[in-house]
Amino acid sequence: MATGVRMTDATVVSRSRPASAWRRLLRRKLAVFGLVLIAIVVVGAVFAPWIAPYAPEEQHFDGLTIEGAPLPPGGAYPMGTDLLGRDLFSRILFGARTSLIIGVVANGLALLIGTLVGITAGYFQGWIGAGLMRFTDLMMAFPALLLAICLAAIFEPSLWIVAMVIALVNWVQTARVIYTETTSLATRDFIAAERTMGAGTGRILFRHILPHLVPTIIVWGTLGISTTVLLEATLSFLGVGVQPPTPSWGNIIFENQTYFQSAPWLVFIPGAAVLLLALAFNLVGDALRDVLDPTQRGRG
Amino acid sequence: MTASARSMTGADTAPVLSVENLTVSVRTEDGLQPLVSGLTFVVGKGETLAIAGESGSGKSITSLAIMGLLPPPAVGVTGGSVRLGGTDLTTLSEAAMRRIRGDRIAMIFQEPMTSLNPVLTIGMQLAEAIRAHEPVSRGEAHKRALAALRQVLLSEPERRMIQYPHELSGGMRQRVMIAMALALRPEVLIADEPTTALDVTVQREVLDLLRDLQRDLGTAIILITHDMGVVAEMADRVIVMRAGQMVEEGGVGDIFARPQMPYTQALLAAVPRMGSTAARVAPKSDPIARLSDVQVRYDIHGGILGRVTARVHAVEHVSFDIHKGETFALVGESGCGKSTIAKAMVGLVPHEGRIEIAGQAVQGLAGAAQKALTRRVQIVFQDPMAALDPRMTVGNLVAEPLVIHGIGGAKERAADLMARVGLTAEQMDRYPHEFSGGQRQRICIARALALQPELIIADEAVSALDVSVQAQVLVLLKALKEEFGVAILFISHDMAVVDSISDRVGVMYLGQLVERGTRAQVFGNPLHPYTQRLIAAVPVPDPAHVRPEARRLGGEVPSPVHPVGQGPQRVVLRDAGDGHWVANALPG
Repeated sequence: MATGVRMTDATVVSRSRPASAWRRLLRRKLAVFGLVLIAIVVVGAVFAPWIAPYAPEEQHFDGLTIEGAPLPPGGAYPMGTDLLGRDLFSRILFGARTSLIIGVVANGLALLIGTLVGITAGYFQGWIGAGLMRFTDLMMAFPALLLAICLAAIFEPSLWIVAMVIALVNWVQTARVIYTETTSLATRDFIAAERTMGAGTGRILFRHILPHLVPTIIVWGTLGISTTVLLEATLSFLGVGVQPPTPSWGNIIFENQTYFQSAPWLVFIPGAAVLLLALAFNLVGDALRDVLDPTQRGRG
Repeated sequence: MTASARSMTGADTAPVLSVENLTVSVRTEDGLQPLVSGLTFVVGKGETLAIAGESGSGKSITSLAIMGLLPPPAVGVTGGSVRLGGTDLTTLSEAAMRRIRGDRIAMIFQEPMTSLNPVLTIGMQLAEAIRAHEPVSRGEAHKRALAALRQVLLSEPERRMIQYPHELSGGMRQRVMIAMALALRPEVLIADEPTTALDVTVQREVLDLLRDLQRDLGTAIILITHDMGVVAEMADRVIVMRAGQMVEEGGVGDIFARPQMPYTQALLAAVPRMGSTAARVAPKSDPIARLSDVQVRYDIHGGILGRVTARVHAVEHVSFDIHKGETFALVGESGCGKSTIAKAMVGLVPHEGRIEIAGQAVQGLAGAAQKALTRRVQIVFQDPMAALDPRMTVGNLVAEPLVIHGIGGAKERAADLMARVGLTAEQMDRYPHEFSGGQRQRICIARALALQPELIIADEAVSALDVSVQAQVLVLLKALKEEFGVAILFISHDMAVVDSISDRVGVMYLGQLVERGTRAQVFGNPLHPYTQRLIAAVPVPDPAHVRPEARRLGGEVPSPVHPVGQGPQRVVLRDAGDGHWVANALPG
């Protein structure tokens, strides 16, 4: 009887944990703000064809002044128009699709590769670790942009190829940091204790080492969002990224940067979009790190 | 010197430092929380006042408050005064306090390595400390620094002056700290757990040194310690603290002979004493673990090609058996290889020679066979906080071995185990940091018991715990041993603890066993000089105890590192009769 009660208690506790973590996340105002921002971007990207007032590639006759200058925000074009008379608001909405794929998928892939390489090298050491880390060093020493250009030149440029290229360039720093942390975690007593209990390598790596790496992964993941979005813009600018006229936040900035003085909104608005997205992920990431750490519970 | 004579010298001197109604508080969200409240005491010239207490008693906070080193802004003195001569230190500015620190009050800390700057030579640091307070020339400061090193009996003082802290052993570093503290002839020396991080033989030397220097210089010493043995040997008067308050104050003889307060009585009762446990006849049974000629060596790589240039001979030709249901203790000082043996036995480090657990060789096992072995032998580590995954609930931690081995009803069993070690099932969804040190070690023990092993290795398992908690954990271990019939390999540096729990004992020095026998044989009739030295060095928690004048060993423990192709001199154990084995020489 008593045992039965204990059983249910324990089960309830373990089941309710993710839910309570979610609830604790929602108790943080800044995290909720971040979540709302992310939701707005996601909704905008997914429903772009329905929300956008115009097609993103459409050039409007009335979208330019008599002198051929772009229109500032207001009137029929809520965010103004660009140099070709296209509606900036529509381009930002469609551009969110590209930038989300780059910032979330490419960046996520880079994190995944970096974490796997780092954790494997850090835990196994020996020739596996040495080999992986020398390869990482090599990748680090290689100019990222050059590598991206080479890869993009080999494959036909498309959004997914660009995402892959960015992932292959960006995993390196993550791998380095994860490697260092794993080497120190692997020598901790609780890992030795796991081994003396007969735990397999997979269990040690994914149940006991990986959870301790979550804060690092979150920090690098949120930092990676703005860098990957801008790397995509650089690639687009060099003609090996997303091909025009497909909009992305990065290539909107790059297309218009020379007109920064006469038409600042063309740089500021997409720039602010990148900034807000990165900020949103940063806020959520920070809160997530604290919420997932049991020793932080009840603080702040 | 006897206890009464010491008390007298303390009584008839004028106070150098007087602390009155001292209150130290920490600012929290719920307002000011007192860490130390209403503490009053005086220290006279040439007197040693011991502040004894367990962790969290506020003894270290008191010392930091006197030094004006409380961590701002959260912690501060919120009441009372600390008077040195005529000045109230609590009202002084930081600049004024800096002039007093080192000059009139000096402090030495538990871990000398963290108090020394790793990138400056010993000589530079000493000279700098002197020049910070007295306007002397570089040459003069250097001369005084050298004299200070001579005063603390450091071997080769000229060479030490140009060495860096990491080149010195722990005992030597603590001597340097004492030299630094006493170079300016302060009126008060605060020693915060000065020997806790040191080996027992080194502790003995440092304590002797402190006492001699005090006699020569007339410094008042405030000795902060958890070790009642150290208190009994060093103190004239004792303050017992608990939870920020003074529990009892008195002469050292009175405190030990006639403790008034229940807490002091309990604290003294919990102190392990050598020779207090009646001899048990160890049951004759089959060996559960058998080590023959075990060696563990670590390679040191060097040169351009990274070839092996030298080896650390951590364990050399060690052989012993552990019988079913007995407690075998391995005792020795840091670096003697006792923990390495534990790691080799559970397969954490590779070894040469043969280790058998229940007839099965440990080396060369893989997969299922290795996993099966973990069901027979489990290990409890020294630091329970480090040994528990901080991101797992305690319930999951205790159930972990059962889950790994696919044993059903893990949650139920975990709850039973928690109850067995004195915790409740309600605590299972909490995390390790929510428990006290003693409770954490109970969790580790519960986890080790989960697979019902035949052998538990307790590697310094009670060393990090307060004495009263240590006593409880030892009682628990003994009870579990009776209940489950499990054999225990008890590894410790603490002779008194070993004496209270073991059936048989092995003494290690520099990777080799130098003496092995029943507890009665090793403690009652130690035959090897090293064993004798170890036992003699243990502080006795009795102020009336007169320690036999032992030969002071100035030398350091030799290094276990040898170039490839060379090795330490191997010692041979000879039978001294009735299962008592003694080495013919000192390894080196």
